Amino acid sequence: MSAPVDYIERTREQYAHLGYPPYRWIHHEDPPPFTPLTKPLRESRVALIASGGVYVRGQVAFHFKDDTSYRIVPRDVDYGALRVTHFAYDLTDARTDPNVVFPLETLLDLAGDGYVGEVNANAYTFMGGIYSARRVEQELAPALTEHLRNDEVDLAILVPV
Amino acid sequence: MGLVARQLEAAGIATICLSSAESITRAVNPPRAVFIDFPLGHTAGKPGDKAVQRAILMDALEALETISEPGTIRPLPYRWSDDDSWKQSAQRSDGDDRVSRTDEPQYQFPEDREAAEAARQQ
Repeated sequence: MSAPVDYIERTREQYAHLGYPPYRWIHHEDPPPFTPLTKPLRESRVALIASGGVYVRGQVAFHFKDDTSYRIVPRDVDYGALRVTHFAYDLTDARTDPNVVFPLETLLDLAGDGYVGEVNANAYTFMGGIYSARRVEQELAPALTEHLRNDEVDLAILVPV
Repeated sequence: MGLVARQLEAAGIATICLSSAESITRAVNPPRAVFIDFPLGHTAGKPGDKAVQRAILMDALEALETISEPGTIRPLPYRWSDDDSWKQSAQRSDGDDRVSRTDEPQYQFPEDREAAEAARQQ
């Protein structure tokens, strides 16, 4: 298998090509916070958070100017009402089968088969590619953390694009 | 998403990140990650392929259970295609493929806008 695509390098080249200063990616050298699992998966409440730009028909879609908002998607959503919008990737397959960026059906199947205890009543979605890491750290991440705490979630599956 | 993961873990919620952008995930350094070597837009699998979608999610859950070293990125064995030719165009950065940055909601279908406005008025 060949080396992974280096998207940091690609962005650096693109910005240089456009005459922009390099994007300053966040670099965390420090060890990340780490919470061990406290109970078996089959007894855990699992939340899905995905940044592929998924919204539900009837909700306001994401916009392309550093959108740090999020949407709440109930686990019993009609899959036919899922929509996808994003500026940074080819949406063809996500619009055909949202599970490729928002694996809610897949997770519900695993819960049905007993691999996890239950799927949280709500999944949360946003649109990644947010330029300002500060706004993610100060606005979006605290809001999502508060939701998952209030939902008494045990663990979260995070699906960026 | 790694920044979200770090705050969730700090709040006592265990996380697993799926990733198809290894260098970005390495830079953000989330607590636990699995790497899926697919083109962007397919972090959780191939369209219509329930078997691989399920396998990726089960592997992610297993990684959540078994990773004990904070910052581990575990590669998963799935391949997008028999050859890796998709990576050549994915790595290229020639040309300006940006879309304009506007705060207008970008609806998939025009009628989604009407549905959202109707919902707002209720």
